[in-house]
Amino acid sequence: MTRTSRLLALRLLALAGTLTLSASAVWAGADRSRPPSPEPPRPLTLPAVTSHTLQNGLPVRMAPMREVPVVEVVLVIRAGAAADPLDRPGLASMVADMLDEGAGGSDALQLADAVDFLGADLSTGASWDATTIRLHVPVSRLGEALGLMADVAQRPAFGSADLERLRREALTGILQARDQPRRIAALALARAVFGKAHRYGLPLDGDAPSVASFQTSDLQRFHADYYHPENAGLVVAGDVDAATLLPLLERSFGAWPRGRGASTAMPAPRQLRERRVVLVDRPGAAQSVLRLGRVGPPRDTPNQVEIEVMNTLLGGSFTSRLNDNLREQHGYSYGAFSGFDYRRVAGAFQAASDVQTSVTADALREFVKELTRIRTRASAEEVERARNYLAYGYAQDFETTRQMAARLAEQWLYGLPEDTFSTFVPRALAVGGAQVEATARGIIDPGKLAIVIVGDRSKVEGGVAALGLGPIDVLTVDDLLGPAPRLDEPPGR
Amino acid sequence: MGLLSTVSLLLLAQATVPAASPRLEVPYKIFRLENGLTVIVHEDRSAPIVSVNTWYHVGSGREKLGRTGFAHLFEHLMFEGSRNVPEGAFDRWLEAVGGNNNGSTNTDRTNYWEDAPANALEVPLFLESDRMAYLLDNLTPETVDGQRDVVKNERRQSYENRPYGMAEIELSKAMFPPDHPYSWPTIGSMEDLSAASQEDVAEFFKKWYAPGNASVVIAGDVDAARVRELAVTWFAEVPARAAVEPIIPRPVALAEEKRLVMEDKVQLPRLYLQWPTPPYLAPADAALDALAGVLASGKNSRLYKKLVYDLQVAQDVSATQESAALASVFSIVVTARAGHTLEEIRGHVDAEIAALQREAPSSRELERFLNQHEASFYDRLERVGGFGGKADLLNNYFFHTGNPDYFEEDLARYRSLAPSDVRAVALRFLRPERVVLSVVPEGKRELAVPEVKR
Repeated sequence: MTRTSRLLALRLLALAGTLTLSASAVWAGADRSRPPSPEPPRPLTLPAVTSHTLQNGLPVRMAPMREVPVVEVVLVIRAGAAADPLDRPGLASMVADMLDEGAGGSDALQLADAVDFLGADLSTGASWDATTIRLHVPVSRLGEALGLMADVAQRPAFGSADLERLRREALTGILQARDQPRRIAALALARAVFGKAHRYGLPLDGDAPSVASFQTSDLQRFHADYYHPENAGLVVAGDVDAATLLPLLERSFGAWPRGRGASTAMPAPRQLRERRVVLVDRPGAAQSVLRLGRVGPPRDTPNQVEIEVMNTLLGGSFTSRLNDNLREQHGYSYGAFSGFDYRRVAGAFQAASDVQTSVTADALREFVKELTRIRTRASAEEVERARNYLAYGYAQDFETTRQMAARLAEQWLYGLPEDTFSTFVPRALAVGGAQVEATARGIIDPGKLAIVIVGDRSKVEGGVAALGLGPIDVLTVDDLLGPAPRLDEPPGR
Repeated sequence: MGLLSTVSLLLLAQATVPAASPRLEVPYKIFRLENGLTVIVHEDRSAPIVSVNTWYHVGSGREKLGRTGFAHLFEHLMFEGSRNVPEGAFDRWLEAVGGNNNGSTNTDRTNYWEDAPANALEVPLFLESDRMAYLLDNLTPETVDGQRDVVKNERRQSYENRPYGMAEIELSKAMFPPDHPYSWPTIGSMEDLSAASQEDVAEFFKKWYAPGNASVVIAGDVDAARVRELAVTWFAEVPARAAVEPIIPRPVALAEEKRLVMEDKVQLPRLYLQWPTPPYLAPADAALDALAGVLASGKNSRLYKKLVYDLQVAQDVSATQESAALASVFSIVVTARAGHTLEEIRGHVDAEIAALQREAPSSRELERFLNQHEASFYDRLERVGGFGGKADLLNNYFFHTGNPDYFEEDLARYRSLAPSDVRAVALRFLRPERVVLSVVPEGKRELAVPEVKR
């Protein structure tokens, strides 16, 4: 439709609707002398979550959400990259990627055709602690789609030709990581914080030698060890009730054979005991990618709410100190943030920004300043803003079926208490300045920190050295990632 | 300027379709203030949140030569305070009640949203109306300088320091003549960003940020009658300003194939093919979306299956009808695997295009795309706020059609397609006259499509 006809349509509508409302009787003008005071907060009423168990023991948690005729189903397998064999980093990811490359007697193309034809979205992936298989589908197609999801989870083909195809894709992806300063920085930071000896120090989806080594037998063994009802949970959110859903789930997942319980114990990483500075040289880079990090707390840490309030103030919101300082006050960057990645065994803290090359040292100085200042008492106004932002914005985390299912999956995976969501708001609102300060002192220490800079060494090294943060470990991209994998032979040789 | 005290009712939309119908519907009320501002209200009581979503009908497509990137720089300045909102307070006051916000600029429009707990609705109304009325009162050269630096860093982060990041800029330049506003990127050039002055800001604000050139959607856990009162309270005092000239579509045509080569710090070469196509919502627009789906959406799509699955000569492939108000571009992008040239890739892509020009896709191929596309409409209805939530979409449809609840009509464009329509647009638009851009690793021009046609 053209702009001209749109204007015409508007004019016709205006003629049709000539009713005029008079609002002058009650209008007294706006008071702009201060921001309006909110009305009393409305309670966040979450859908009533019910728990069920299928015949084979597979637990199910479901939350009815009736606004839109869609359903999100997530199968969580309690094994992710942390369960990779020591000599096979990336195996959990490859297993997850291979699940939908042929399953239940269909090849990869047939399976994709069936899923796409239903208007469904079926995806698989591994995190550190879990593998998830997610299905998002119009409710009218739920039954058929669950059958495909069950095939993918329980009956993957793990064909060798498909493995070769995905191996080349993964190795090419590893090659392409060299182009991306942010990926280089993420790998350098993980290496600096956790070391090569800890699984967390290697990429979640593995490195080239490991990916090159996978056999279909590795995939089958991982699947047999971990993919069974004792080690899995289902969560469902959407436009369906238990009476309709449970028979469908029984049919698709109720006959999944039981297996052994599986443990995925992993040693806790050691906290840094000094400051490390790593400079990865990228000649000619337009910006320096800055990442500062250390070992963080696990998901079941008792003070997670306090940590989140502290982080909101430090780097978790637009008005946080890091973004306000680096972006708004100094114009060094398009943005700066900080955050915690909570895992079953410890986690990771990082503060991050991409800054203009010429201000690299200035920006680093400001980062260290903020990571020092967060350990002192914040103003009452800052603390109140941070806790309100978290508490009163919490409803937005539960709006869609995908969000709701993701929260339920997280709760099940980490065994979080039943009242985790319902108590979040009052707990966040109760956090005061003393707790923020104590929390920061417990987990942030600018003296025991890894600092990664990916940028043009010739332009930034002098300024960074002058900050006196400690000796600088200068690396090339090859030093960090190893030589680029050679991939130009035709497939299959 | 006298304060305006009435609102005129433009249209009252009510649910008139039986509940059993599968018709997609987002009920709304719409009214226009005397200063010309259109207000659209949608009630969704499922969560205690509200989104205030404002579109100004100006994007980089309205910029002057020498001031490219200005519409987007201006978007940044909108967050830096206004007469009654000190610098920094826009975000602080909103966060203090649990809200967040963002804005974005494209070639055609600039949008802003504030998502907040519904009990704090008046905070975004205050903030949004204050900057619509009084932005210039609090603006200093230092503010402009500060955001100029931020935007330059946005350009470095999103284009210059990103692999293949400069390709988009080259492509626009090749597709559109220099006086066509789509020939420059929304992010602008560093030179023009440096040249932008406080006077430019004042001029742009007065010309384009008129209430008559804006629409505000208020969606969520609200009462429509109460919202109407509040809209008057906060927005009626915004002074009316001169009407802006309408956007006139300006499609382009290429006289011949243009072949370009760029070197970049990348490991693998990437091929871009682009053709000029009709604007958003023009008759062929939906069929071109379907063509893109048949070519590159899912493992069974023509290009993915051939290049990534069967031959394994490519790492990824995409096809998109990039729809916009003045003119659209149909784009195919393929990253080659190591050991393969872009000329080889081009040959495969052209063979697949020729096949679709000879014979229409199967009805299953089209239906697969349509089912996926229809499901994506449901997904958009799950969220009230943010980019692409219901509030943003009501504004999008209002801007482009005058009808905020255009969801069903939009979907009907796709439901009515036949396989022959897909073949027809492939024939009509994927012509030999096109832009062929090869991005190759530094020093490896031999991997490019040759610049002289063989």
